Amino acid sequence: MSKKTNKRKSSARRNGRNGIDRLTIEKIKEAAAGIHQSILRGRKPGMKFPVRALSNVHYSPSKGFFELGRRKKERTLTVTTIKTFAQTLKLMELSKELVETDDFATKRDAYYQSKNWGEARFDEQSESDAVMDDIEALFSLYGISREQLRFYPEEHGGAVAGELIVIDRDPETGERIEIDCTRFGTGSYSIPHSVEHLEFKTKAKFILAIETGGMYQRLQNQKFWKKANCILVEMGGVPTRATRRFVRRLSESARIPVYAFVDCDPYGISNIYRTLKVGSGNAAHINKFFCVPHARFLGVTPQDIIDYDLPTHPLKEVDIKRAKDALKNDPFFQQHKEWVKALKQLLKMGVRAEQQALAKWGLNYVIEEYLPAKLKNPKKFLP
Amino acid sequence: MPAPLGEQLAEVAPSATSARRGRKKASPRLETAQSLARKQREISVSEFFLKNRHLLGFDNPQKALLTAVKEAVDNSLDACEQAGILPDLGIEIEQLSEERFRIAVEDNGPGIVRHQIPKVFGKLLYGSKFHTLRQQRGQQGIGISAAGMYGQLTTGKPVVITSRTGPTREAHHFRIVIDTTRNRPKVLEDSTIAWDKPHGTRVELELEGVYRKGARSVDQYVAQTAIANPHARIFYRSPKGEEIIYERVTDQLPPRPLEIKPHPYGVELGALMQMLRQTSSRTLKAALQSDFSRVSSRVAEEICTRAGIDPGRSPARLTPQEIERLFRAIPQVKIMAPPTNCLSPIGEEQILAGLQHVGAEFYTSVTRPPAVYRGNPFQIEAGIAYGGDLPVDGLVELMRFANRVPLLYQQSACAIFKAVMSVDWRNYGLSQAKGALPNGPCVIFVHMASAWVPFTSESKEAIASYPEILKEIRLALQECGRRLGAHIRRGRRLAEERKRRSYIEQYLPIIGESLQNLLGLSDRQRRQTVTSLQTILERSRRR
Repeated sequence: MSKKTNKRKSSARRNGRNGIDRLTIEKIKEAAAGIHQSILRGRKPGMKFPVRALSNVHYSPSKGFFELGRRKKERTLTVTTIKTFAQTLKLMELSKELVETDDFATKRDAYYQSKNWGEARFDEQSESDAVMDDIEALFSLYGISREQLRFYPEEHGGAVAGELIVIDRDPETGERIEIDCTRFGTGSYSIPHSVEHLEFKTKAKFILAIETGGMYQRLQNQKFWKKANCILVEMGGVPTRATRRFVRRLSESARIPVYAFVDCDPYGISNIYRTLKVGSGNAAHINKFFCVPHARFLGVTPQDIIDYDLPTHPLKEVDIKRAKDALKNDPFFQQHKEWVKALKQLLKMGVRAEQQALAKWGLNYVIEEYLPAKLKNPKKFLP
Repeated sequence: MPAPLGEQLAEVAPSATSARRGRKKASPRLETAQSLARKQREISVSEFFLKNRHLLGFDNPQKALLTAVKEAVDNSLDACEQAGILPDLGIEIEQLSEERFRIAVEDNGPGIVRHQIPKVFGKLLYGSKFHTLRQQRGQQGIGISAAGMYGQLTTGKPVVITSRTGPTREAHHFRIVIDTTRNRPKVLEDSTIAWDKPHGTRVELELEGVYRKGARSVDQYVAQTAIANPHARIFYRSPKGEEIIYERVTDQLPPRPLEIKPHPYGVELGALMQMLRQTSSRTLKAALQSDFSRVSSRVAEEICTRAGIDPGRSPARLTPQEIERLFRAIPQVKIMAPPTNCLSPIGEEQILAGLQHVGAEFYTSVTRPPAVYRGNPFQIEAGIAYGGDLPVDGLVELMRFANRVPLLYQQSACAIFKAVMSVDWRNYGLSQAKGALPNGPCVIFVHMASAWVPFTSESKEAIASYPEILKEIRLALQECGRRLGAHIRRGRRLAEERKRRSYIEQYLPIIGESLQNLLGLSDRQRRQTVTSLQTILERSRRR
């Protein structure tokens, strides 16, 4: 690693990554050394993991996302935990190897890799996933995400179009590649599994995160991004880790706001928007990487249903339950009285409306009227 | 007599409605008292049972085959035990065609004297057992003749009997059919033949049936009979030609149960009337004292006083109303529990010996002290076999016995099943789903010995659930269960210990190797780490 090469692409490949990779390897070795020391001192070795139960999850209003509390559980090496202990070490070993060879493994890959570990092999992927979650939580304390440990999720990132140049590298040669997101024609740029190494160049004024593929396609095909000078991101339901991380890094590096455009129903509000903005309760250990705390809610709001006289459907049983639950138990919504008001209004109206309901006034009404009107006054967006 | 009554109703109902509709046009189908009287006649017992054969266990072909074998085996075992002979049984079943079988059951019992043979096998309700109150397999004298009758009905073939009462006597050979209308045997052949057995009886009959393996099969019946009768040697040839010998595991004959008189608490009104009519005593007091057990002179007088009847009255002259008063008086008088020497339990050691046939690793058994339900003494025994060759998956096998006879049908109606279900087997280390038998490699054995086992029907398939019986079965099962639990826990501890040791051996090298790779240790450092870790773990294990 210290050996300098004169090949420009090779050094470029390492420059941006060296720091974080060195930290990752350092922390893995540190954990292993701690165990080794205990053993040599004749003490039972252990590893301390943050407790990932919901009771150890808090909403931090200042940081604006769900955060893991300070409680830790210690997994001491005993006869009953010896197998998991061995598996944890093996998985850390795999991670170190992946960082060193600049490779990655999906959860499924890691599971199959374990088949070489003799008796320590995992019988089911659910077992390796659980151990991986523990390791992820352990290293999240040092600001190292799972992607940096080189364990990549299976799931796709969303689609991106607009005034943006993504700077990536050729996975084989490490050569720097500039990707112009205005030049995909009717298609889109697709967010990769890991986005840590990406850099951005943009003059756009904001990012518009869109719930449905249908709405994204309309805005994309009509080149709304050009008209509004923005970047369009398709979430496709609840956004994946990669999508959330991409939006977060892009908005931070370009210092531009993020507006969410989703259906007006409890799922769109409390699942999609809330996960984008503050993360989810049962993955609190990763929220600090994956949330977008400065995202704002453009629409569709309950008030929009009235203002734009949108066609509606009655709220279903689960919708009502979800909305009531959000009001009663969710610290994020409770924190913002605008949201309490909006959710109560929605419950009182007893209806929901989809983004595409705007098509009632013409297919391109959303582009010509709704979004321009909304964007004139971003201060009025819900928090 | 339910069937004839049912037929009558079926005939009467439509004619009654037509009578109402057409009073003027008198229907020719209307019956008069006179015409009905011409149809009214005695129904022979054999005829009745021919129509109601399900009552005797011949309701379907599979069951019929089993019941026929069972009746013959019951008789053979009873006969041997009464004569003090260690039973040596041969059971052979030959499949003649798809649904036709010939069964032969042979014993080394005392034999039957020549002039009785036709009646024993060719007349229903004829036998030595009905009039005695004693623990034995058969009760009414229906079984074997009903089996013969069923065979005759389905194949037209007679029952063939060979019997010899001693080495100096001749072996008699009979072929008998039953005259079903008159409940009388018809002898087709009566001869003597050469037979190599010094004494014993062989019954052969042909019948329609179905042979299946598995639950409720003849195979299972024979296997369970061997378990409950460890003093018997049984040779069995199945319809498929397999030959199994269940060797005798003990030479000890069960003690011969004594005959007892009925206890007043258990008598029913009708039976009481009949007993008083038939007694040889001349006064009521004497009748009560001599025909019932545990009735002393004082108790007899007290019953009479309570009923307001003079103890000196002639029992045969009492009016039905007086007998009913007497009947109501009995429960008000305190009478000692019946004697229990009429019971012959299998015994704890013998149950253990019998259970050896299943090939388990752990056995336990309990014989409860005698108890009483409705004036009838009874005794419960239970046994458990666990582990070994028994199948690990699925429910435990429950074996039910009444007076050493396996009960294979109507499990869920039986007091034994109910008692087993009422025990929480999870306390004893077996898993158990709600409303089901426990799971595991386990056989549960329950035996009820009594001079009068309260079956739920004449086909003797399930024991009625008297609270006293349920309680005794539960107590016996719980005792066995506690011992089983101790055994299972001991086994689990050992398995755990083995597992821990193998765990350490399996995963220590992996941890060492992983630390070596992560930290770049030398081989010597790795070995040192593994040794050190092993010491730490061994130490914590002992603590």
